[in-house]
Amino acid sequence: MQNTLAAPHHLAVGRDVPGTHEAPHPAPGFWRRYIFSTDHKMIGIQYGLTALVFMLFGFFLMLLMRWQLAYPGQPIPFLGKALAALLGEEAVGRDAAGRLGVMLPDLYNSFGAMHGTIMVFLGIVPLAFGAFGNYVVPLQIGAPDMAFPRLNAASYWSYLAGGVVMLVSFFIPGGAAKSGWTSYSPLATVADQAHRFDGQTFWLLGMVLLITSSLLGAVNFITTIIQLRAKGLTWMRLPFFVWAQFVTGFLLLLAFPPLEAAGVMQLMDNLLDTSFFLPTGLMISGTKPAVSGGGSPLLWQHLFWFLAHPEVYVLILPGMGIVAEIIANNTRKPLWGYKPMVYSVLSIGFLSFIVWAHHMYLTGMGTKISSFFQITTMTISIPSVIILTALFISLWGGSIRFNTPMLFALAFLPMFGIGGLTGLPLGMSATDINLHDTYYVIAHFHYVVAPGTIFALFAGLYYWYPKVTGRFMNESWGRVHFVLSFIFMNLIFMPMFIQGLAGMSRRMYDGGASYGVDNAGEGVMGALSHLVLHMNKDISRAAWLLGVAQIPFILNFFISLKRGKRVESDNPWAATTLEWATPTPPPHGNFATTPEVFRGPYEYSQPGHAKDFTMQNQPA
Amino acid sequence: MDAAIPYTTQLRRDTGLYNAKVGIWLFLASEVMLFGALFSSYVLLRVGADSWPHGLLNVPIGTFNTAVLITSSVTVVMAWASLKMGQLKNARRYLLATVLCAAMFLGVKTVEYRDKFTHYEVRFTDGKVLTGHVKALGRTAFLSLSKLKMMKVEKFAFHPDAAHGAAVATHASSMEVETAKVEKLECFGPWHHTYFAIYFALTGLHGLHVFGGMLVFLYFFGPGAVLYRADPVRYTNRIEVAGLFWHFVDLVWIFLFPVLYLL
Repeated sequence: MQNTLAAPHHLAVGRDVPGTHEAPHPAPGFWRRYIFSTDHKMIGIQYGLTALVFMLFGFFLMLLMRWQLAYPGQPIPFLGKALAALLGEEAVGRDAAGRLGVMLPDLYNSFGAMHGTIMVFLGIVPLAFGAFGNYVVPLQIGAPDMAFPRLNAASYWSYLAGGVVMLVSFFIPGGAAKSGWTSYSPLATVADQAHRFDGQTFWLLGMVLLITSSLLGAVNFITTIIQLRAKGLTWMRLPFFVWAQFVTGFLLLLAFPPLEAAGVMQLMDNLLDTSFFLPTGLMISGTKPAVSGGGSPLLWQHLFWFLAHPEVYVLILPGMGIVAEIIANNTRKPLWGYKPMVYSVLSIGFLSFIVWAHHMYLTGMGTKISSFFQITTMTISIPSVIILTALFISLWGGSIRFNTPMLFALAFLPMFGIGGLTGLPLGMSATDINLHDTYYVIAHFHYVVAPGTIFALFAGLYYWYPKVTGRFMNESWGRVHFVLSFIFMNLIFMPMFIQGLAGMSRRMYDGGASYGVDNAGEGVMGALSHLVLHMNKDISRAAWLLGVAQIPFILNFFISLKRGKRVESDNPWAATTLEWATPTPPPHGNFATTPEVFRGPYEYSQPGHAKDFTMQNQPA
Repeated sequence: MDAAIPYTTQLRRDTGLYNAKVGIWLFLASEVMLFGALFSSYVLLRVGADSWPHGLLNVPIGTFNTAVLITSSVTVVMAWASLKMGQLKNARRYLLATVLCAAMFLGVKTVEYRDKFTHYEVRFTDGKVLTGHVKALGRTAFLSLSKLKMMKVEKFAFHPDAAHGAAVATHASSMEVETAKVEKLECFGPWHHTYFAIYFALTGLHGLHVFGGMLVFLYFFGPGAVLYRADPVRYTNRIEVAGLFWHFVDLVWIFLFPVLYLL
């Protein structure tokens, strides 16, 4: 109904002259509109662009590390000298022949820790929750904005400040945090004895800001979804994406505070010489540190994983939500099993709080505790599989439109499937003993997050781009981006399963060369074979090519802003949910008239209707 | 500036709540997790500790502070009730009382903190361990053995605590101690023992909450009260929401007090 009203005329109004649609407000100036905006859409865009930049940066760190893994001890070509100039020669050294540009172990450790931190806390969560959630959720529930617009802006700025603190830490004496993204104590506390304000301190301060940001975001999202649903939008009429964000909000709300508490304690260990996580009898390089002792390293791990396991579902649930929207839209069918999917996502949310210690089977916390967490871990795989199965069955019998968003959404299903199923052996304590901290683990969770969540996020970017900008991204280049990314993602992570099964540890600076057959003594069993070691080179080449494969996406993203094909209606994908009932792009306040909802979210191909989709706000 | 957001003051029919009340309850849920994690850490540290100090905190002072906080919870409710009855003047009086209670609490807490930083454990080279007060370099707080040695202090004044059950009170007597005969000298700061570490972490974080709440009530007492003329319902709601936060801060102390002072 509204999409026929609001064609190109509204486009010009919405984009170029904001404010004209609601006369009482004067048009806000540049700073108000683009920088210190409280409009959920602008904040969503800010979140999105910042997160994409951070993701590219985190990826870039890994591309440099992959050189060290493939060619240990050799100077990094082209970039090695620049890196030495930037970070100093205590971080980037010389090889035996005196050539500058070798990544030294401390820098390798820093890059490893910061790759994980940046990708999880500064890249994917802000993109999936901050960007997509901010932009799409209020539109899908028919709200004029978030419930607390100023908190929303505060959430973004706190996130940005946290990111800046993380970035600055690369340039402080001693370099950035270097104890893994998990920052296990006591290693994290004692890793840099030379500096009090070391990389770990910066990491913790950055995390406190990021936790504040997601706390404000979570309160805002949940309140918005509870309070600002349009008239008639009952819970079982919510798009699945909103459900996914709702549960994600609760995970962030309740799982992050324990990490904040742990962060405060580790900060005190760093700065005030307390011993929360430093045990009695701790020795550092043969000397006894001047601390009281009596602390518990296990305590850190419990508190950390109490956040970090729900965090895994924070990473994946928004992705599932995006994929569900796109699959329903492009199969032109209702989702198969909407209600079971909703109950599953709620079960995942609940269960994700009682599986954390499956990361800790090797700590000696006891077999009884291990058994408990093994059972809960096996249980949580059931709702995940239900969602995945429902999405697969949704494809059955549909006349599928294979556009770029759909290709990414379809690829998500098997990729997440591989990632999820390979997690089961890690969830069982017996098999985990062999696989713990090997490349198998890296392959497993990257399948979940990289070709899983990141593909879902790409799908979402291609899918909602026309609503945000009024133009499509180029379809052909989108396909090039998809095909290349799909191939190289698999070439990177599939061999890692083999490396991991061969026993290669995930944190080795030389890519396992020192444990290779060439270095093994007489009769040593289980040394890494040439084949396994050579995979390092293949994986690295695939990683660099994956980097090249993102160029079409980046160019497409920016060039389409000006040159992309214009949308011809407000609902270019012929979708059913409310975000497509707004003008394009949506003006401040979103809806031309306050929407009312009369039906469920996925009424595609309903018998007796002239069109193959019925929007939620179309009266019965 | 804001596009008209529904339910900022009026109640949504199916939830019966306005937005800020949903928001504050969610925020408090996250606060429960924050303090819950610290209390769990307390349990884990205490269970794993070789020894756990007792009687080092002043129970009467703690009890007094508990009473101060409970009083402030009452005054907050009175402020809200006064606003509901349309009495801004009374409400502001009660808000001021709340702010004063918060300031009183923080003042008492500061004195308690200072006590910890001027109270020392001294271990002598002959194995004897005494607690008491130290005076050296013209000060009594934040002294340590390395500091004394660095400043080449050869002797310092030491007032040992009265031994428990000792027939004669020895507190008054001060003694001269040679630095060379001391193996360790440390005040009861957070670095001294995990008990003090968790004590300072818990009370420090709680103190920050009290301080934050105090600033909020100071704002509503002063410049924030202007809102009452423009939108009395919204102002009243703000006091209610801030009050909920304040009750939570109070409740945390109700748990902190027995856990740290009595058990």
